[in-house]
Amino acid sequence: MLSTYTWPRYAYRRAPELGAAAPRCVPLVIVGAGPVGLAAAIDAAQRGLQVIVVDEDNTVSIGSRGVCYAKRTLEVFDRLGLGERVVAKGVTWNVGRTFHGEREVFSFNLLPEAGHHRPGMVNLQQYHLEQYLVERAMELPAIDLRWQHKLLTVKPGDDGVQLEVDTADGRYTLHADWLIAADGTRSTVRRQLGLDVEGKVFQDRFLIADIVLDSVQFPPTRTERRFWFDPPFHRGESALMHRQADNVWRMDFQLGWEADPEAEKYPERVRARVRAALDSQGLAHIGFDLEWVSVYTFQCRRMAKFRHGRVLFVGDSAHQVSPFGARGANSGVQDTDNLLWKLKLVIDGAAPDALLDSYDDERGAAADENLLNSTRSTDFMTPKSRAARVLRDAVLSLANEVPAGRVLVNSGRLSVPTVLIDSPLNTPDTEAFEGWMVPGAPLDDAPVHDAAGRMAWLLPHTGRGFVLLRFGLPDAFESAAIDALANDRIAVQPLFVLPSGQHAGAGHAWVTDIDGLAARRYDARPGTCYLIRPDQHVAARWRRFDAVAVRAALARACGHTH
Amino acid sequence: MPLNTQPNFTDPGVRHRNAYTPGDDFYDALIGTHRGLTDPQSELLNARLVLLLANHIGELGVLREALALAREGVMTKDAAP
Repeated sequence: MLSTYTWPRYAYRRAPELGAAAPRCVPLVIVGAGPVGLAAAIDAAQRGLQVIVVDEDNTVSIGSRGVCYAKRTLEVFDRLGLGERVVAKGVTWNVGRTFHGEREVFSFNLLPEAGHHRPGMVNLQQYHLEQYLVERAMELPAIDLRWQHKLLTVKPGDDGVQLEVDTADGRYTLHADWLIAADGTRSTVRRQLGLDVEGKVFQDRFLIADIVLDSVQFPPTRTERRFWFDPPFHRGESALMHRQADNVWRMDFQLGWEADPEAEKYPERVRARVRAALDSQGLAHIGFDLEWVSVYTFQCRRMAKFRHGRVLFVGDSAHQVSPFGARGANSGVQDTDNLLWKLKLVIDGAAPDALLDSYDDERGAAADENLLNSTRSTDFMTPKSRAARVLRDAVLSLANEVPAGRVLVNSGRLSVPTVLIDSPLNTPDTEAFEGWMVPGAPLDDAPVHDAAGRMAWLLPHTGRGFVLLRFGLPDAFESAAIDALANDRIAVQPLFVLPSGQHAGAGHAWVTDIDGLAARRYDARPGTCYLIRPDQHVAARWRRFDAVAVRAALARACGHTH
Repeated sequence: MPLNTQPNFTDPGVRHRNAYTPGDDFYDALIGTHRGLTDPQSELLNARLVLLLANHIGELGVLREALALAREGVMTKDAAP
């Protein structure tokens, strides 16, 4: 048991299907109640789907695992109803500092500009996050969360998937129209379908230690990520230090492939490493307790396809990355963000089945970007040959001297959302726009006032269904045409983004762009319209409203091909 | 023109959301070029690369500055234990 955390035990319940003559038919089953499976379940329930979640365990993540939750993930958590809780409990940071030996070689800022609700990154132990997700899931009656229900077999068919689940009271069978596999690196679903996950295993080992520092003496403002190449306390290897909630700190020490993982876990040995690391940072006077120790290796690999008929793979079951870019849990949550609105439209018969192929297109591209960046970071930290090591060391030595060396130092390229630039759901621009709100981009946030004049943010005004952002007030004719979009089979709700002093009429949703930041970030002029997807990505944009163009872009964003 | 020691990797016509991407693209290509070579082959490759890039730069003042800067860092490193 940790000194700062007691694991909850969630109650096992007997399945009502036990002893049934025929399998029960259900619309959606999610396998795995980790952060990604739970995010999928909450998203499904919020979008109006009934969902059963099965998990073989009865508690949250054990030990020290995921740490960093990126801005985009926090925005998804806001949509799922737990963003505030995660940010309040976690440790906010934007700055990463990188050292070579005793010298700082460079630092980066994940959020160099103001006017965003969420910070670049929040650190929080995975068990806290999972607990918040479980508690949020339990508020939603559409979620049937089944602890200690272990998936045994999966039989895929054309119209669904037959699942056999084992419990303390015996086995039962479900027929699920759709199955989301969020069952992690060693996915049972993946194995049951006989599918491979391809990529490389890195020949290196890392020691993880979670420690509790004597909080009274520790500077509360020190929240930045610290990374060392060849530090004086751990010569020839790298090290990483992150602050988490409750004054728990996470330290990672690179050990090399030859290290003996069992011997490295001896508490005295770990304490000596931690002590040396603290001492060398001028923290010799601060005591600590060990909370957790483990040794890990990792892989960079993905499945060739994330969709297999009625089975959809999300998170680690689909793709696994090295931990140095915080791209594991973050990309998993972003998978579910991408998937659930599509699944809802397909289940409702409002969009063609092909819309779900775009989940594979879009999140496959994101996985490739995450794999590329995390593999490059790992290659830099763990050079594979003498030549690679000489070049790496040359970069580090130049980084001490000139800015040109600093850009090549790779101590982890931290998770940022993928711009889905090549997505088949995008409608290409026909007019010129500056900036980054291109079709396929996740929305930039901006501070606004809501219709009641209260301080608010732009992003939470989107994310339920499709939204048409219209900058400035339309005339009566355009206003009526925009209103008509809300009555279509797939509704598009208008949101007017207005300069200070303007007001939309009664019955209209609008915000005030108090600092003009929304207009600047979206390169908007009066009349500019953006069609926004339910996952807060740009589908299309125009300099003036055109109902025919909006409906065509909506159809395309819903998987209709012309 | 003096030696440019500011970040300078670009990919004309390509917009990068993250400033580190073109530098990382170059470094990846550089490491990839060494893949599968023996140590002596890698040394020869580095030397050939220096000569090709030096010819491309051409301007002797810039090259002398780069040579001095490169050597200086090596000397400092040797001086420190």
